[in-house]
Amino acid sequence: MTASTRIVSASPHIKQGDSTPTIMWSVVASLVPVVASAIYFFGPSAILVLAASTAGALAPESLLGGRGARSLRDGSAAITGILLGLTLPPGIPLWMAFLGGAFGIGFGKLVFGGLGQNVFNPALLGRAFLQAAFPVAITTWPIRAESWWNLRGDNFALPLMSPSVPEAMTGATPLGLMKFEQMTTPSWDLMLGTTGGSLGETSGLIILICGLYLAARRHLDWRIPASILGSVALFSTLLHGLDAARYPGPVFMLFSGGLMLGAVYMATDMVTSPVTHRGCWIFGAGIGFLVLVIRLWGGLSEGVMYAILLMNALVPFINRATQPRIFGTLGVGGES
Amino acid sequence: MRRNSTFHSGVHPDDAKELTAASPIRRLPFPDEVVLPLQQHTGAPATLIVRVGDRVERGDMIAAAEGFISSPVHASAAGRVAAIGPWPHPSGQYQTAVRIAVDRYAAQTPRRRLVPNWEGLSPKEIVAAVQQAGVVGLGGAAFPAHVKLSPPSDQVIDTLLVNGCECEPYLTSDHRVMVEYSERVYLGIRIMLDCLGIRRAIVGIEQNKPDAIATMTAAAPVDLDIEVCGLEAKYPQGAEKMLIKSLLDREVPSGGLPGKVGVVVQNVGSVATLAEVFETGLPLIERIVTVTGPGVREPGNWIVPVGTKLRDLLAGSGGLADDASEIIFGGPMMGVAVASLDTPVLKGTSGVLVLSKGEAPPREDYPCIRCGRCLDACPVFLNPQRLGNLATSERWPEMLENHLMDCMLCGCCSYVCPSNIPLSHLFTTAKTAIRRRPVA
Repeated sequence: MTASTRIVSASPHIKQGDSTPTIMWSVVASLVPVVASAIYFFGPSAILVLAASTAGALAPESLLGGRGARSLRDGSAAITGILLGLTLPPGIPLWMAFLGGAFGIGFGKLVFGGLGQNVFNPALLGRAFLQAAFPVAITTWPIRAESWWNLRGDNFALPLMSPSVPEAMTGATPLGLMKFEQMTTPSWDLMLGTTGGSLGETSGLIILICGLYLAARRHLDWRIPASILGSVALFSTLLHGLDAARYPGPVFMLFSGGLMLGAVYMATDMVTSPVTHRGCWIFGAGIGFLVLVIRLWGGLSEGVMYAILLMNALVPFINRATQPRIFGTLGVGGES
Repeated sequence: MRRNSTFHSGVHPDDAKELTAASPIRRLPFPDEVVLPLQQHTGAPATLIVRVGDRVERGDMIAAAEGFISSPVHASAAGRVAAIGPWPHPSGQYQTAVRIAVDRYAAQTPRRRLVPNWEGLSPKEIVAAVQQAGVVGLGGAAFPAHVKLSPPSDQVIDTLLVNGCECEPYLTSDHRVMVEYSERVYLGIRIMLDCLGIRRAIVGIEQNKPDAIATMTAAAPVDLDIEVCGLEAKYPQGAEKMLIKSLLDREVPSGGLPGKVGVVVQNVGSVATLAEVFETGLPLIERIVTVTGPGVREPGNWIVPVGTKLRDLLAGSGGLADDASEIIFGGPMMGVAVASLDTPVLKGTSGVLVLSKGEAPPREDYPCIRCGRCLDACPVFLNPQRLGNLATSERWPEMLENHLMDCMLCGCCSYVCPSNIPLSHLFTTAKTAIRRRPVA
């Protein structure tokens, strides 16, 4: 052994296995079934939209991320791109999907200082931008296509041109039907995803299973989806009990729209969620409550995005208010 | 034996004790030279009382305690004082040390008893004898043992906790002491209880050492109030505050010592050594060291003279493996990596761990992603994430507000951090900076 082969480093000298890239890439890997089901339901359009939003997210990260192409290695920009794509309707023009990804990473993450510094979930910020900029395109839902190979909309519309939408191709989401036409959708269709909606809004069961896998690997904090789904279930059960005709029951509320995707993949973004256990419960319960408020009494049919973004803004305060009790200072109220 | 009790938080590293857990304690031959630093304990450094050229016998005092919170140093081998001066110290600095050229032909047996028989001694005399024998805690911090035997008069002590957790991965010296020297441990407990004037002692052992639990349970004397408790194998189960929480469900107040909750904690190896000095009449001049890790050819548990140099210790363990990468005094969680093979074993050196390249691969740093794992891991419920942010911008006053001084530097936060942020190292630096230039 020569002296040059030896190192002298600070303790501890051993590390637990997980690294930030392994966490991020395991989230990407867990999305494979979700992406696969989107492709199954929406055909080539799903592939195109997901590719465009992911490319949109990767471009600014590699150009402005500070470490060049190495900035992509941690996997966080890829997650943003894929998640954004999953919130979009399959027929959206690709240039919009690309722009949304670029906005999410550029203004949602890089201007704050990059990985770990952002306040808002970048994928949702990208979607919020698209919703403000292209309100029609982002709420144009396809009906079932005749063949799997058919595009579900004018994916190849040129930038800054309005996409052509044949009337026969648009359908409505279960939430839209509920809100604007007082129609309900059968529960099993909701769980399995055989309904209209965004790419990742469809099969709640698949997302739930992927979330269980991530929770088991401790790559997401189970308290967040548990409290979101718990509070949605609780409040919708109460309201349904009050007026069953006006307020849908918990199964519909849990499995419709983007709630599963939001609860499992968006709200659990480590950077933009609280670090304390109690904080996670408060954060999740707040999201669930806001989702119902927006869905039932707001102007929009779906409220997951704004609910999460609003609670993202409160995270620093939640963290401060839920600091654990220091060992040896009994009687100040504890965290367990 | 009691049910499996434990504390909140902590981490579960691979204990890696199988390398040496079954290796009986064996003696290594005397080295040609021993090097004895004057600072081997918490407290004031000892005062030199020999000169270069002096002949010393094994057990002779070469440096005297400087006040009550201090401990003397004794020659661990017969020979001649070859030099006195700066020498590599396990702390990473150079510190004043006495080099003794060992006399190959000396008998190495003491001519007379240097420590009195304990029976019939008053508590005060026991305390004095323990200090004169240079006994300190052998678990790492090397706090003088006699100080723990003389709690301040305003503290009512009711229980002695004997720490047999050995929660640092790889290390097995305490484990082997419990298996091979259980009678001696109980003699030490008897002396400590006698000195403290109490009756109750609890021995806490992590459940990854079932043979130690069995031996200690079987050997417990019936005339003493002894309980042997199995504890969850979890790091840092052996930290004083955690052990007290696990065994007695008492929380040592923030900033306080165990005496505040009526407890004295002593590490099992130190208890055995306390008994040993009274048994043999020799002061603390040798100790058991686990030499282990994938970077050592023949791992084992060795009895060596205090002051044995790292190179002699490694030679006795078959030498370094080809891919040895880092040599650590202590365990992998809190141990200190050393740069020099001349670094000597101190009274508080419980083990030497040599990692190999595969074991400790370099990892890339990433920004904090606020995953919160450090908060989950911290056994004293700090927010290492926030403290780490403050440390990088040297905001010491705010770190104090965020309870930096409650940090035990156990390393759990760094261990779990997926972004490889050296949190506990940042806190060590911050604590040092604050001590040097106190913040108002």
